[in-house]
Amino acid sequence: MLILTCPCCGVTGEETEFHPGGEAHLKRFGPGSEDGEFTAYLFDRKNPRGVHFERWRHAFGCGKWFHAARCTATLEVFGTYSARVSAPPEEILAMIRARRPGWEASA
Amino acid sequence: MAQAALRRFSGEALIEEAGPTGMVTLRGTLRSGAILSAVQGAVGLRVPEVRRAESGPRGSVLWMSPDELMLICEAGEAAGIAAGITERLAGEHFLALDLSSARSRFRISGAGAREVLAKGAPVDLAPRAFGPGDLRRTRLGSVAVAFWCTGPDMFELICFRSVADHVYEWLCLAARPGGRVHLY
Repeated sequence: MLILTCPCCGVTGEETEFHPGGEAHLKRFGPGSEDGEFTAYLFDRKNPRGVHFERWRHAFGCGKWFHAARCTATLEVFGTYSARVSAPPEEILAMIRARRPGWEASA
Repeated sequence: MAQAALRRFSGEALIEEAGPTGMVTLRGTLRSGAILSAVQGAVGLRVPEVRRAESGPRGSVLWMSPDELMLICEAGEAAGIAAGITERLAGEHFLALDLSSARSRFRISGAGAREVLAKGAPVDLAPRAFGPGDLRRTRLGSVAVAFWCTGPDMFELICFRSVADHVYEWLCLAARPGGRVHLY
């Protein structure tokens, strides 16, 4: 069971209060893009054994979307952060480096 | 239209239907001076802190999300309050709507009240963690609810009207005599 902290309302709740929204930080390719880029945007997803960035929604609470960084193997949550960013903030990356040295080489 | 009698159930806690209640949803920048004074003018209360509820003689204000409040008032007052806020906030970016029909309200009180809620909600309901004025939007069983603490072992709960019968029966089942766990 994941324990997530919603950065919008501060609630630390278990995962049944939240709803997963898939991989985070996807770049949208829309009209005018190459077929390959569009296909990748629609279908290609990371499926790592380890660090993963995800979107979550506090569905039963304040209703807001946010981002979470977690480990898919151990369910450790490295941190949650605002939905209004297109890349993980430095403090989240620092936390992951501390807990999983060298993870960026394998990502 | 004749009003159906309000149901109540006395077990390990007292479960009461609260009946018609005025509810006004107010969305906007909660810390702006305009919203603060609009709420003060509508029900005479401050804008609550995060996950808190303010209550007074004219009603309550519930924190619902970072940009949403719920004003609780008498059943007949909601339309007037929504119209009054809309007039007062003209030119601001906001939304005030009388949504009284959307939700139902219940009161849960008595020594077993905390345990009744704790059986269905993933929330720490120990008295030191959840006291008077505290509010949570969460789930009860499998449906979305919001509840807040109005006094020692006294709670109010709102849920969508479409699931109100289910929530009432769920609360009564959780409060059935002999069902205490004596956790709190």
